[in-house]
Amino acid sequence: MSDTHLNDYLKKDVASEPIRKGFGRGLLEAGKKNEHVVAACADLTDSTQMSLFKDAFPERFVEIGVAEQNLVTVGSGLAAMGKIPFVSSYAAFSPGRNWEQIRTTICLNDQPVKIVGSHAGVSVGPDGATHQMLEDIALMRVLPNMVVIAPGDSVEAEKATLLLAADKRPAYLRLAREATPIITTTRTPFQIGKAYVYARGADVTIVATGTMTYQALLAADKLFKDGIDAEVIHCPTIKPLDAKTILESVKKTRAVVTVEEAQINGGLGGAIAELLAEEMPAPLRRIGIKDRFGESGKPEELLKHFGLTYHHIMLAAHEVADKKK
Amino acid sequence: MADSYSIPELETKANSIRQDIIRMLEHAGSGHSAGPLGLADIFTALYFSILKHDPRNPDWDQRDILVLSNGHTVPVRYAAMAHAGYFDRKELMTLRQLGSRLQGHPERTKLPGIEHTSGPLGCGLSQACGMALAMRMNKQFHRWVYVVMGDGELDEGNIWEAAMLAGKEKLNNVIGIIDRNNIQIDGPTEHVMPLEDLRGKWESFGWHVIDIDGNDIEAVIDACAMARAIVEKPIMIIAHTIPGKGVDFMEYDFHWHGAPPNHEQAKIALKELRTLQGKIRSEHE
Repeated sequence: MSDTHLNDYLKKDVASEPIRKGFGRGLLEAGKKNEHVVAACADLTDSTQMSLFKDAFPERFVEIGVAEQNLVTVGSGLAAMGKIPFVSSYAAFSPGRNWEQIRTTICLNDQPVKIVGSHAGVSVGPDGATHQMLEDIALMRVLPNMVVIAPGDSVEAEKATLLLAADKRPAYLRLAREATPIITTTRTPFQIGKAYVYARGADVTIVATGTMTYQALLAADKLFKDGIDAEVIHCPTIKPLDAKTILESVKKTRAVVTVEEAQINGGLGGAIAELLAEEMPAPLRRIGIKDRFGESGKPEELLKHFGLTYHHIMLAAHEVADKKK
Repeated sequence: MADSYSIPELETKANSIRQDIIRMLEHAGSGHSAGPLGLADIFTALYFSILKHDPRNPDWDQRDILVLSNGHTVPVRYAAMAHAGYFDRKELMTLRQLGSRLQGHPERTKLPGIEHTSGPLGCGLSQACGMALAMRMNKQFHRWVYVVMGDGELDEGNIWEAAMLAGKEKLNNVIGIIDRNNIQIDGPTEHVMPLEDLRGKWESFGWHVIDIDGNDIEAVIDACAMARAIVEKPIMIIAHTIPGKGVDFMEYDFHWHGAPPNHEQAKIALKELRTLQGKIRSEHE
């Protein structure tokens, strides 16, 4: 796709970087552009990459301590006075621990607080299930007024952060800990609420979000050699969902695979299943975490263990392609 | 406020607000009685003496902010706002009805002058801290955030997270007012979950604490004036109030925490309020 200006992601030594790094750069840039951008963190300033902002704008940064309920409610108060607050912690704790505060004081109260959940997914690795947040997409997606974004790499995370800083809605930004291959470039388009066709195909639609888009692209490349022409849609904004782009693709392929590093129940898989069931029923397989918790291990081991590799995506694509016949 | 009222005038206003609370709750057929009645003197003092605000311009950028953390007591706020001129008093009778701006628990997006949506307990103090921090960042040193809290909601951990932050940041532009009426839904606070030593708790978190009679309008005004003069710490006013204040059969009784008066009870309550619990003999009914 020439208009997507993607990196040469198939080359062996494709550069990679943790997605959260892009957030750190984006927040610093947003802070330079708008003096009302402020930040608060719950004792994880380096891990969430808020330290860049904190060092540049110490007077616009609030250290909350290990208190995630306070983190988001202080954010609500800052927003009430015209600030654009970014509040960060690990996703397991925020939005994991403070859902009701987010519901009432941010979503119902309609304040533009940006909740940044880092270290989402099983690729957190050795810390184990307690710290591997998998339910965050589902938790945030059901909230009215909330925007939910899971960038596919650090370059996109930077763009997403800058656009969220200029957006009036409450939002959840999902970040990962480990280095993720950089598939996009500064010229790759990104808008809140848009899904993008990263690879054109006619046989199967693969919709992926966050860290999994790279795996989906690898799968599509290998599927071509198997005689399956897969279309890959990168869907960084899970809410509001870009139904138009997805349905246009499914109308053509009539077979769908969704891919995410999160619970498929209520996650991207849940969102696509709801959309297809109402608008365009089609064979569907959902790759993601299937109603279980994570566990300790190396990130790459865990991705294999939980069926989150290009290989698993290929098998699912074959399955839905066969079902069509 | 441009207007200046004497204490007896304010007491009369508080009495009218109490009568409106009874009418609103009876009409709505649901809601909380004890808290709003107990808070009527504090809200009268706030809206008619303490707060810098403009009912014709609720978003005035120099206004003080009033956070109501225990949102279930909002009928007292609605009544005080109507009396202050934010909207017509007739609208009070729409409380809790479909399509009303006066939601059962207050919603910012519904009614101008409501600063934040509340109801689920324990969130107001931290929102107030966020507002106070923003004022400090904006170098607005002549604005205050007043935050009214219930005593029962002090069971919430979120309150103490905020208490720590305000102490650490020395948020002298936060003035807390605890409605210390000693009741919550399941019974007396000291049975449900003891709060004492309440003064000691706040002091140990870095707050300056003032104990007052929360049904004494002059004491409320004086305490807030003192609070504004204290620069080194956030200030917590523990306002000792009588739940259900002004209506004899409701006073001190925790069963009235979450119940409205029926028609007969409302009649008795209104008569009591008009006669100041029988002190005014000239009342004819």
